[in-house]
Amino acid sequence: MSLLRFTKDHEWIRQEGDTAVIGITDYAQEQLGDVVYVELPELGRQVERGGEAAVVESAKAASEVYAPVAGEVVAVNDAIAADPATVNTDPMGNGWFIKLRLAEPAQLDGLMDEAAYRKFIAELK
Amino acid sequence: MTGWSQALGAHPGAAAGAAETVSGNRGLQIEEKLLFEQDSPGHCGVDLPEPAGLAPRLGGTERKGPIGLPGLSEPQIVRHFTRLSQKNYAIDSGIYPLGSCTMKHNPRLNEKLARLPGFADLHPLQPPATVAGALELVDTLAHWLKTLTGMPAMALSPAAGAHGELCGMMTIRAALTARGDPRRRILVPESAHGTNPATAATCGYAIDNIPNNARGRVDLAALKAELGGDVAALMLTNPNTCGLFEDEILDIAAAVHSAGAFFYCDGANFNAIVGRVRPGDLGIDALHLNLHKTFSTPHGGGGPGSGPVALAAELAPFAPLPWLVHDHGGLRLVEHRDGEAAQSIGRLKGFHGQIGMFVRALAYMMSHGADGLKQAAEDAVLNANYLRVRLEGALSLSYPGPCMHEVLFDDRFLKDTGATTLDFAKALIDEGFHPMTMYFPLIVHGALLIEPTESESKASLDQFADTVLALAARARGGDATSFHAAPRLAPRRRLDETTAARKPVLRWRPEPAQREAAE
Repeated sequence: MSLLRFTKDHEWIRQEGDTAVIGITDYAQEQLGDVVYVELPELGRQVERGGEAAVVESAKAASEVYAPVAGEVVAVNDAIAADPATVNTDPMGNGWFIKLRLAEPAQLDGLMDEAAYRKFIAELK
Repeated sequence: MTGWSQALGAHPGAAAGAAETVSGNRGLQIEEKLLFEQDSPGHCGVDLPEPAGLAPRLGGTERKGPIGLPGLSEPQIVRHFTRLSQKNYAIDSGIYPLGSCTMKHNPRLNEKLARLPGFADLHPLQPPATVAGALELVDTLAHWLKTLTGMPAMALSPAAGAHGELCGMMTIRAALTARGDPRRRILVPESAHGTNPATAATCGYAIDNIPNNARGRVDLAALKAELGGDVAALMLTNPNTCGLFEDEILDIAAAVHSAGAFFYCDGANFNAIVGRVRPGDLGIDALHLNLHKTFSTPHGGGGPGSGPVALAAELAPFAPLPWLVHDHGGLRLVEHRDGEAAQSIGRLKGFHGQIGMFVRALAYMMSHGADGLKQAAEDAVLNANYLRVRLEGALSLSYPGPCMHEVLFDDRFLKDTGATTLDFAKALIDEGFHPMTMYFPLIVHGALLIEPTESESKASLDQFADTVLALAARARGGDATSFHAAPRLAPRRRLDETTAARKPVLRWRPEPAQREAAE
């Protein structure tokens, strides 16, 4: 069973056992516009909760992708570095950024669920 | 058409003239080929005699074959660059309302004085005794800048605004190191120039953002919450990139100083407050100025930038070399990091900075006088507010006015029209206007940041405002298609920025057939 959570910075995080997959939301990719470059962290890096985990650049702006929870980077999606358009076409699927081994799975509890996130972005629009 | 032009033309409709004329030219706008495509082997613009009895002394490092430079005659080259320059839009062509860029008129008097042989023909390695006039000019410029900023020391060598930031932050780092208190964080508000966090990162600091409040200014409570013993400095842009004066700046300075941190101010927008406010009175410890903005020296490809840095007394001992000091006998250059300059951060640049820009900036200041400089700032603010009032009914103003030298709108007025900020900017090009700054600052959605400067007359501002209002009405009238098709009349149609960024082609290469012929 997977647990999907969201941040106010428009990252999504899906728990899979003791690891979690992280990406940016459909709303985030839409706001950024065409993604032209993605910078991913090296494997094995420890990231803090709220720390910079990746960089995503569009024709309009460069933004950081923050780690919603602390953990160790155990996988990165090289496919989006090679073809950044995937972040636009499939942000919640093949456009994932990194996988973390969770340092403290309980940190996920503080994040928004899908309903809360939908409400959050509805207020932004 | 050969490879390079085809690559540019690959986007639908990119080669505007191609379908309309036999030649591909439009009127007298020539579809110019690259110099490499114009190569006529054997042609040469200069005719030098082969020296007799030539003995190579390069010890076998001579090049082995041709390096592929094109053969061109002088008229070919002159026409090439003239045609390219005619495609360019410049402040000498018309209004250039790029926000935060201060594209003001470059007075011709500045140019005349910078070309005086006594300044233009100097060599930086001349003995100081032979350049007394230039040194006095530098000292006089520093005196004017110190007077306007109310700060005791000026570092003139930085070559541009971002270089000035680096200079200021390096002096702050040196001062903290000297007092045995190296700190690791720099605070940067969301409304700062993008170069600020980049500068702090270059200096090895961690950067934390400070949010804005609902009035487009620094959130003072959030700033106070972030301040602590590990904060080296706050980097504030004032007036900020929303075109607003940070009206709580005295409280900000007090909070920063009580945390033992330094207060850096990005003075790129100094043109809004010259003669009205002295940054030194606001508690600022270091501030860079852009001579190529506020003081009318050319920029944007027109000339090198120049980013002098004003320093508070506490930072002055760390100022970069060279120093110009007053001695009994007059001005003396200090070029080495010892004695009185032992704490200097050293040289940031070869020689003494952009002397040609110093001449221009001083010419601008002296020809305007103190009252004229103050009026230039007031007129810049007046012009921006005139545009604000003319446009705020039709565009969406991000923060309530009045503004300073630039006015910030966002894209709420385009909501549900199908047109975006980018489309709007492209439509302005068809109407003969250089667009405003788009999508910056990032704190508002789809930003349109307009800075007219004091150079524009009311007639010029009205022409621009009328066009913007007509385009806004067209967008609201449901004509999104025409916006998506813009620009229709520029030398190139809409460029494919996404492909350009994802698959940049940075070097022209000959077509295979040409390559074989060349070989």
